[in-house]
Amino acid sequence: MSVIVILIITSIVVAVVFLAAFLWSVKSGQYDDTYSPSVRMLFDDKNKKSDGAESDSEVDQKV
Amino acid sequence: MNNSVAIKTSCYHCGDACEEDQIQFDDKSFCCSGCKTVYEILSENDLCNYYDLESNPGISQSNKGSGLFDYLENAEVKQQVLDFADEQQEKVTLFIPNIHCSSCIWLLEHLDRLAPQVIHSNVNFTQRKLNVHYKTDGFSLKQLAELLHRVGYGPVINLESQEDAEQVNQADKKLWVKLGVAGFCFGNVMLLSFPEYLGLSELEKEYQSIFRWISALMSVPVVFYAASDYFISAFKSLRQRFINIDVPIALGIITLFLRSFYEVAASVGSGYFDSLVSLIFFLLIGKWFQHKTYRNLSFDRDYKSYFPLAVLRKKDDAIDAVMVKDIKKGDELIIRNTEVVPADAILIDKDASVDYSFVTGESAPVAKVKGDLIYAGGRLVGKQAHFIAQKDVSQSYLTSLWNDQAFEKERKSKRLIDQVSQYFTLIIMLVATGSAVYWQQVDPSKTWLVFTAVLIVACPCALALATPFTWGSVLRVFSRNQFYLKNADIIEDLQKIDTIVFDKTGTITETASQDLEFVGEPLTVEEQQMVNLAVASSTHPLSRKVKQSLIAADSNYALEEFEEHSGKGVYAVVSGVEVKLGSASFVGAEKSTEAESSEVFLSIGGRVRGGFLIKNTYRKGFKELVSQLASTFKLSVLSGDNEAEKARLESLLPAGTPIHFKQSPHNKLQSVKELQSQSANVMMMGDGLNDAGALKQSNVGVAVTEDISMFSPASDAIMHANAFGSLSKLMALAKQAKWVVIASFGISFIYNIGGLSFAVAGWLTPLFAAILMPLSSISVVLFTTLIINWLGKRKGL
Repeated sequence: MSVIVILIITSIVVAVVFLAAFLWSVKSGQYDDTYSPSVRMLFDDKNKKSDGAESDSEVDQKV
Repeated sequence: MNNSVAIKTSCYHCGDACEEDQIQFDDKSFCCSGCKTVYEILSENDLCNYYDLESNPGISQSNKGSGLFDYLENAEVKQQVLDFADEQQEKVTLFIPNIHCSSCIWLLEHLDRLAPQVIHSNVNFTQRKLNVHYKTDGFSLKQLAELLHRVGYGPVINLESQEDAEQVNQADKKLWVKLGVAGFCFGNVMLLSFPEYLGLSELEKEYQSIFRWISALMSVPVVFYAASDYFISAFKSLRQRFINIDVPIALGIITLFLRSFYEVAASVGSGYFDSLVSLIFFLLIGKWFQHKTYRNLSFDRDYKSYFPLAVLRKKDDAIDAVMVKDIKKGDELIIRNTEVVPADAILIDKDASVDYSFVTGESAPVAKVKGDLIYAGGRLVGKQAHFIAQKDVSQSYLTSLWNDQAFEKERKSKRLIDQVSQYFTLIIMLVATGSAVYWQQVDPSKTWLVFTAVLIVACPCALALATPFTWGSVLRVFSRNQFYLKNADIIEDLQKIDTIVFDKTGTITETASQDLEFVGEPLTVEEQQMVNLAVASSTHPLSRKVKQSLIAADSNYALEEFEEHSGKGVYAVVSGVEVKLGSASFVGAEKSTEAESSEVFLSIGGRVRGGFLIKNTYRKGFKELVSQLASTFKLSVLSGDNEAEKARLESLLPAGTPIHFKQSPHNKLQSVKELQSQSANVMMMGDGLNDAGALKQSNVGVAVTEDISMFSPASDAIMHANAFGSLSKLMALAKQAKWVVIASFGISFIYNIGGLSFAVAGWLTPLFAAILMPLSSISVVLFTTLIINWLGKRKGL
């Protein structure tokens, strides 16, 4: 008896965690634009000044 | 024309066909200097990656304007547009309709190369929006807008784009959340129902009620949160004494829920929670698909979209830009060519001409003299004029006009789905009561069960999905072919069309400026400016065309007199010099013999200087198109021009096609009305400029345009000129779509009849309902989407 009840509760809790993650992702705007991120990651951004500058300054701070 | 070699070169930047005046630069061809400039800007800044991501990604630069964004220097305008501002930096979100491919995203996200002050820029492709964060030292919002405009991504800034977007976004997020909640509960309830389907041994019976109660709890958020829209919609429609498709759905959901809850609470059965949540989950998926399709076509008719955000106000000899909403009674306004008068105002210049097509649908410019009251919504044509505002914008006549429901085109028939659902609901209620009465006689214990079972299984989810999915697929195929409908209801109107009326100039002929040629003594720069000023006030298509070919006038010239004689020409006095344009007899020139072109003669200072030869080029494939159309539709052609083209037009059109010449915008409207009075369903194809009234009057008004961002408020659909040749295929697809809907109604009826017969016989089990309902929805959705795309492919669309 108890094992099955515990299993069910566990599975629902895990599912609720995923539901919460989904709701958070919707609220934080991850579903507002589902096209550009897929293209953006393919851009060859080795020359992009701002990105380079940002990562440089981060390195500087760490040093 | 035998010396021209037929080599097609397309512009390296925008992909348009390059005509004779193409420009060679860097071993690449460009269609105009604008495109070349963009290429230069990009190559100087090492941004040619733009061209590697997609071929010819640019926006054609052939139409340009300057000083468009001056109003962005006004502090109040800035405050409304900016998201964030402090002394050093500003953030702004701009709506850029031209974003269309991955190259656009790449270029707009590398704006920092073009303007070092840009800290970060980010594109939202779905909403066509650009977020820019920039430093303000030596840079401003106006410069940003001009930079974007220069590279072909001019932002559209108006009141509407700042208000409504947020709301749409919120509604979208809500649907995602509902879908998430429904999906979560769907999965869990299905899992918990497995023991019920497979059967439990005596030993495990104790778990049964736990499983049932968890399912019951899971279904509560689905019914009361995820499905709440159906209840609200059903409630609203019942209050208006009208049964829409949501009423049976809501009835089914609530009966299913109450009955299942009763069964679980009374321990008489397992309930139908599995079918209930899966049904709602699939309904929401359908809704999401519908939203996605419709959003791609958001086609706002909100009157605010047509208003310029700011107008020029003259105060104490200083001219500044003010917000439209801040205009107060008594302000002196300066309205420039093609700008809309934002509030009822009195003209204080000597004269002006105003076009009320936006308000009345009639596009003939009305001449106004000093002291006349100009109503809000009138569009100024020609030279700029000064006005004194008589009312604040909010109270104006125009606002009330657009808020008036009667201004919308009246729907002549109920939507197909609403017609069917009315009978559907009635029949289901009859069947449900009928079988309930029968079982009352035979086996009273089954009465309640059968009654609800009939309602449950007949819940018309497949029926509700059939139309949006079919119309959605049709809209997708249409917009892939650059034919954009205002909404899905237009498809049903398209299916009823039996008569097509074409406007001639700009619709079946092309308006590209390459077809214009000046024959005679060449004009000097000064003369070009003078002629330009003279034709600027005329709305005749030929005047517009002549104007396009001339150098814009600077402030040294003033238009002193202007008269337009319809069917004859234009008389103007520019800085003391008389300029006449028009027919040979009007100008006093000798008529040339070439019949295949319209000719506009020109005289300056009383001396005939020659004429503009405007060759009427019919759109490619026009003859094939009309011969295809003629088998299904009655055709007719309306033209505002004289009969010079008659013979040529007759040779193109099937014999017996009525052709009417010298039609004023009012005549065109009357012609459409007359056809409608003979119970014809008329589709009007026009350019939306001088036939706005006819477009509005027709059952479906289609504005044919070469620039998709320009459209007439009166039109139901916009067609890009490129799509013109495939009109007959598009119409055929629209008609076939009706049969697809009917066929999918058939499928869902078969499911329903199958389900009903089981329900009436009292054999309906939860398992059966759970399988039957989603299955019917899925098969209907797959059927409609696949068949529409297959039909489109087969037609080559």
